[in-house]
Amino acid sequence: MAWFRREKQRIQPSDSTHIRTEGLWTKCDGCRQIIWKKDLDANWNICPKCGYHFRLDARARLRLLLDEDHYTEHDAGVETTDPLQFVDLKPYQERLRSAQQATGLKDAVVTAEGKLAGQRVLVCAMEYSFIGGSMGCVVGEKITRAIERAAAGRLPLVIVSASGGARMMEGTVSLMQMAKISAALAQLDQAGVPFASILTDPTTGGVTASFAMLGDLNIAEPGALIGFAGPRVIEQTIRQKLPAGFQRAEFLLQHGMLDAVVPRLELKPFLARSLKFFTS
Amino acid sequence: MDSEAARKQSEHLEREIETLGKASPGGETDRRIEELRGQLRQLQAELSGHASAWSRVQLARHPQRPQTLDYVKHLFQDFTEIHGDRTFGDDPALVAGMAWFHGRPVIVVGHQKGHDTTQKVQRNFGMPKPEGYRKALRVMQLAAKFRRPIFTFVDTPGAYPGIDSEERGQAEAIARNLREMARIAVPIVVTITGEGGSGGALAIAVGDRILMLENAVYSVISPEGCASITWRDSTKAEQAAEALKITALDLKPLGIVDEIVPEPPGGAHTDPQKAAQLLDPVLEQALRDLCQVPVNELLQNRYQKFRLMGQFFREAAAS
Repeated sequence: MAWFRREKQRIQPSDSTHIRTEGLWTKCDGCRQIIWKKDLDANWNICPKCGYHFRLDARARLRLLLDEDHYTEHDAGVETTDPLQFVDLKPYQERLRSAQQATGLKDAVVTAEGKLAGQRVLVCAMEYSFIGGSMGCVVGEKITRAIERAAAGRLPLVIVSASGGARMMEGTVSLMQMAKISAALAQLDQAGVPFASILTDPTTGGVTASFAMLGDLNIAEPGALIGFAGPRVIEQTIRQKLPAGFQRAEFLLQHGMLDAVVPRLELKPFLARSLKFFTS
Repeated sequence: MDSEAARKQSEHLEREIETLGKASPGGETDRRIEELRGQLRQLQAELSGHASAWSRVQLARHPQRPQTLDYVKHLFQDFTEIHGDRTFGDDPALVAGMAWFHGRPVIVVGHQKGHDTTQKVQRNFGMPKPEGYRKALRVMQLAAKFRRPIFTFVDTPGAYPGIDSEERGQAEAIARNLREMARIAVPIVVTITGEGGSGGALAIAVGDRILMLENAVYSVISPEGCASITWRDSTKAEQAAEALKITALDLKPLGIVDEIVPEPPGGAHTDPQKAAQLLDPVLEQALRDLCQVPVNELLQNRYQKFRLMGQFFREAAAS
């Protein structure tokens, strides 16, 4: 054994000079250019270079549509009790907990009352990052309540969809939410209260096949994927590649399924004009 | 007794009854046969009560399982099929028509898969396109106009997922049916007879009374589809069928189905006529009940029925 032992002097990195570059930049799916994340955030997640619409979360959507970021949220504490006690590779409850932690929401929709260009409205905004924006009994219940509030208070209703469809983990109960919401919309229709459906990327399955297609106006954001069956399911069924632009907003407009394709920044004035037309 | 042993036992009993039947008739033999038949019935009841979700999926998909036109043949008189959506075309995957049921004029709407390959191809395996759902709605509104009650029979793998379906607005066609069926002002009696395949099934399954055959299934996604999404392995369909809770016995306690209709032992395909006979009194009772309810009350009840589906949540104070 040596008599002396030399203490190794490790070079200490200094925190103050450390620069994090990860997550500051992002690549645009539209023009493939590198965009500074802050520019993207400041521009409501629209590429400042090519106008490509990235997804927008539910809270930001409410800020985009409602005046001065001021709204009253409804039914924020409603949470599913897992009717099927569903377990696949991991329990549904575990998936719920991690989605709740990631989004700060109890489920995949935020419903609120606020003013849109001075006019009182009810807005439901779906959150795609919560289990694919899927619709289980909580989404079904919250949207139905919003419709009932809209009918009772004669307030225009705006639903912003972003969803893969019905939530598999709540099985047939999810399927029934399509019927439940559509039945409520029949009453709203009878009451003559306007309903604008905003379809954003992506809106598919049971959400498209119920309330998203039932607006007095069906409006989509540019480039949004909208359909009944997902593109992969169709490809597997017909065993051929799908044509470019298939199931995009512009395709649906061309086939008569939409009233308009409206860029995100023009959405609020478009809605303000339309709702004023119906209610004045 | 596990289901495999029970099945063997029931086959054994069947054979014994058959041999005894061929033997000379007499008081003793007849008594013995009756006794064995009793045992067999009990065993089959046990078997069907414990049948796995996957085995029911297979029964629900059986090619000889009675379909809408079979029920029409056995239960309705003077059926006249009517065609077309008045917009694009006629969809053979979904049939509609006028008929008489116990002396009453009614409208029948239902999926038709076809029994053999030629029929299946012609009927697109019972997967309707938008024109099918639009035909269904047109005919149901016709029923409402002339106050004719509606019977629907649900048996489809799902709405057809194809390019043309999307182009013509599959989602819109289904959505519109859901909204309009909620306010069609005549009684609607829905029977899930085979496969209740997601939105394609629901699009003709909004009604006042939801009946479900013992071995039918009703699901938001096929077990294969679920397995390939969650387990990333479509061979896990058996597990998925169990997890999705798609059988009549699962769905009644969830409030989705009102009544379970028994099938002949071994499943509806073993004796379609008997299956229809078992369904007949249930349909008749449902119709009799519903025809007594005033229309506005009927519609209100229908709304409440679906409004209360899925009360599986708790409400914390808003955070």
